[in-house]
Amino acid sequence: MSLTPQDIARIANLARLELQPDESERMLTQINGFFGIVEAMQAVDTTGIEPMAHPVAAIQDITLRLRPDVASEPNQRDLNQRSAPAVERGLFLVPKVIE
Amino acid sequence: MSKLVQGYEVVIGFETHAQLSTQSKIFSRAPVAFGAEPNTQACAVDMALPGTLPVMNVGAVERAIEFGLAVNAHIAERSIFARKNYFYPDLPKGYQISQFEIPVVQGGEVSFFLEEGKETVRKTVRLERAHLEEDAGKSLHEDFIGQSGIDLNRAGTPLLEIVTQPDMRSSDEAVAYAKELHKIVTWVGICDGNMQEGSFRCDANVSVRKPGGPLGTRREIKNLNSFKFMQQAIDYEVRWQIDQIEDGHAIQQATVLFDPDTGETRAMRTKEDAADYRYFPDPDLPPLVIGRGWVERVKGEMAELPRVMAERFVKDYALPEYDATQLTQSKAVAAYFEATAKACGQPKLASNWIMGEVSRRLNASEMAIEQAPVSAAQLAAVITRIQDGTINNNAAKQIFDLLWAAGRILGEPLGADYVERAISEIDEIIEAKGLKQMNDTGELEKIIDEVLAANPKNVEEFKAGNTKALNGLVGPIMKASKGKANPGQVNALLMKKLG
Amino acid sequence: MTTSNLHDMTVAELAQALKSKQVSAVEVATGFLARLGGNPHNTFLDIDSEVTLAQAQASDARLAAGTGGLLEGVPVAHKDVFVTRDFATTAGSKILTGYRSPFDATLVQKLGASAQGGAGMVSLGKLNCDEFAMGSSNENSAFGKVTNPWDTARVPGGSSGGSAAAVAARLTPAATGTDTGGSIRQPASFCGITGIKPTYGRASRYGMIAYASSLDQGGPMARNAEDCALLLSAMCGPDLDRDSTSLDVAAEDFTASLNQSLEGLRIGIPKEFFGEGLAADVRAAVDSALREYEKLGAKLVPISLPRTELSIPVYYIIAPAEASSNLSRFDGVKFGHRAKDYTDLVDMYKKTRAEGFGNEVKRRIMTGAYVLSHGYYDAYYLQAQKIRRMIADDFQRAFTECDVIAGPVAPSVAWKFGENANDPVADYLADIFTLPASLAGLPGMSLPAGFGAQGMPVGLQLIGNYFKEAQLLNAAHRLQQATDFHLQKPAGV
Repeated sequence: MSLTPQDIARIANLARLELQPDESERMLTQINGFFGIVEAMQAVDTTGIEPMAHPVAAIQDITLRLRPDVASEPNQRDLNQRSAPAVERGLFLVPKVIE
Repeated sequence: MSKLVQGYEVVIGFETHAQLSTQSKIFSRAPVAFGAEPNTQACAVDMALPGTLPVMNVGAVERAIEFGLAVNAHIAERSIFARKNYFYPDLPKGYQISQFEIPVVQGGEVSFFLEEGKETVRKTVRLERAHLEEDAGKSLHEDFIGQSGIDLNRAGTPLLEIVTQPDMRSSDEAVAYAKELHKIVTWVGICDGNMQEGSFRCDANVSVRKPGGPLGTRREIKNLNSFKFMQQAIDYEVRWQIDQIEDGHAIQQATVLFDPDTGETRAMRTKEDAADYRYFPDPDLPPLVIGRGWVERVKGEMAELPRVMAERFVKDYALPEYDATQLTQSKAVAAYFEATAKACGQPKLASNWIMGEVSRRLNASEMAIEQAPVSAAQLAAVITRIQDGTINNNAAKQIFDLLWAAGRILGEPLGADYVERAISEIDEIIEAKGLKQMNDTGELEKIIDEVLAANPKNVEEFKAGNTKALNGLVGPIMKASKGKANPGQVNALLMKKLG
Repeated sequence: MTTSNLHDMTVAELAQALKSKQVSAVEVATGFLARLGGNPHNTFLDIDSEVTLAQAQASDARLAAGTGGLLEGVPVAHKDVFVTRDFATTAGSKILTGYRSPFDATLVQKLGASAQGGAGMVSLGKLNCDEFAMGSSNENSAFGKVTNPWDTARVPGGSSGGSAAAVAARLTPAATGTDTGGSIRQPASFCGITGIKPTYGRASRYGMIAYASSLDQGGPMARNAEDCALLLSAMCGPDLDRDSTSLDVAAEDFTASLNQSLEGLRIGIPKEFFGEGLAADVRAAVDSALREYEKLGAKLVPISLPRTELSIPVYYIIAPAEASSNLSRFDGVKFGHRAKDYTDLVDMYKKTRAEGFGNEVKRRIMTGAYVLSHGYYDAYYLQAQKIRRMIADDFQRAFTECDVIAGPVAPSVAWKFGENANDPVADYLADIFTLPASLAGLPGMSLPAGFGAQGMPVGLQLIGNYFKEAQLLNAAHRLQQATDFHLQKPAGV
């Protein structure tokens, strides 16, 4: 299979990336080049195989660890926001959100 | 057969987001209290600062299990957290951690009573699933010229999203379902149910179709934050859709908002590519495993559920199903009833008084039963005295009024001695106000003779066979006894004397 | 002791010298800071001598009080994907220019101030790397390429290229690195140093800026196996309330078994690692190293890892898919770069990310978003995760016949800059020998095995079963006792 310029445009929008025309072209060629080596993977028969999320699940069951319901984080707003591009009265500012 | 609107069948499904009443966020240790200063309750994890990772809160899982048990659902032994990817300023990570293919709660049902014309019918709405996920932050559009302010305090608050099958056929059913669901989550105590603060948010998927026809295209009404608006919004939406179709327009799938001011719904500016969330299992979170033992333990520690309690009331107190359901609208009412019934041994009388005199007064003064100025013990004492013939109903009502006005509540918890004290208190009032029922035959006969002598005409008519004439005699007798005569006794004596 | 040869000392030697007060932490720090002037090989992204010297003074105080940590006062430098409170953190990306984390990564804590329970190492700063750890040549850093100390016309490898080059050029005795598909092992091999990636889940990922969550694992890079053992002992251990993928496996003293005999050790030789894709000079060096092992009493056992080639598409589906999601938080709202001019919110996102991310990162975000997009998930991501399990099972089968697996780290020695510039797939193919262990989450390491064409270093890869880091370090240490490849240093260092 190979991607079309439309695919590139759709995905770029999904991923919120502005691509210049030449970038899109290069992207298309390179990603299609990569999908050339993906074909081999498609051929593999994986019926009945469980997908592996945590690698060590190959030898033991790895399950979610749960923490006690305790609120212990102090307010560190100023420290947490010190690298924010735009903050006013403790709020992150962004271009108007229209609903 | 469900009732039609202009020949159309209405089809409604619900998605409800219930904020779970935990201390900390679902994946971080930040607090979840409502109304704090912007971003003071958003820690590094909630702000999605680089390098942060989620760690699951056991309290959220526990509440999901409680809900599953409350609606007879299957609790998945193994469920998966997935990432729902989309860009939005109130979504700090650029994805929401939710559950997609394998939710923690599967199936289940919610049933409730609904007035249909004269009779009350029982309806059941099937649940499709309930899954755990994190809430988003808030965008504030006011007072930032051309910009929005983002507050992430709410980001990461644990949510249980409860999804129904499209089983509702009218706005009445929809509202009744929502109220019942609200009752369940607050009763079980997994959600504070505060709709204004957004702790219990309902989205309604509404479509219409010709009976027997294929399902119509649905429009989703978002964030219905009061039962009143819910009804208005759905009714408006149904009319709107029918008009569109009648005018030959096809319904476009859309997300709409209800505007309480105009009473109308309007389509939201649809989030672009909302259709493609690129779900995949969150590699930061291994599968959530819930052992049978855990479920059993939760079941053991859970408060008695409303429907179970209602069934018990029918069985133990021989109450009609309707009474039982009414008395289990809230834990407080149920507790008040049981205390009263136990103390006076007259469940049906207790039920009548609570559903009648008590709730009437509460509604009039917009009070919750917790604030009722008359305690269960006092009500029980009043009922006891009616039952043993010491007072009659209208005397009882007078006493109840006095107690209500006085607002002196005997201390809880109820113990045998509280009931005793309540009774002696009532007896004092009966004594002081002289409301004791007249059971002294001699005195009563004297009154009756006087009345008979004073009303020969009625006596004649009665003897002539006009039974109505008796009322003309009973009235004056009760009056002469200052309402203390035992009506039954009066009748008996009259019959004897005139018979 | 003169401070002139401090930089030639190993971590173990420095720790000893500091404990025995032959030298002070401030002297050591000053000595290394002096070498960083002009930022040789463009290895460092942030240096702050005040911070470093303050840490050194604290170490001297603890050394004087006899309360020092295991590695008190020994310098270390961190790959820039580890967030740090006292130094800027960029992950080699423009999108994080000037970012200051409010907290330290768990591994930074564990190696750092002993007052907070760390090993007491003194941080020299942050090391250059491929942007968000995506790359195998370090050409993808937004802050300029790192050059290979053995030949500045050649790449140092990646993505932990700054770490490898800094250790090789004796700019720091040790460094941290991260390995997602070979990012510790391959640069270690290209720069002639030693590096180990532990079992996935053994070292905390908290504070490691995520590239591919199910693969990322931090580890030490140093000049020899003993030093790696010292650092890894401090870095491992559960981080139960910060990282849900961290395993509840107790920390270990990996130096304890370094000297065990290799008599009877079964070393598996996967035939797939010695195909025609392997350069002759690399093969020769690896073969000679394997012969050394036989001299040490080990037995070479032929094995097969039949899905070795599949690991390339599988990895390059899984890693970009996870990355496309992990990198969504870089949107110009909460931290880092935001575009100057934009028309609305969506435009702000698109321009911010277009300006902030480099080509390789964009490429992987696009690939990842595509394979997860509607209708493709099953065919790509799910299929890849299934084959991933088959690959892990292949290893378990292999480990019934052998104790450790050995082979080359990369098909060739470090290549010249620009060789693969316009062909990313060529870079991907060069990862073939490191990807299988990454996908299986197995511990793997690289140690100097000799030199190839133009005197460029060649690394030997050792892969162990889960939690067998000690066995790998033991095997590596014994080889280093018998050879001197790890003692060689680039000309002019």
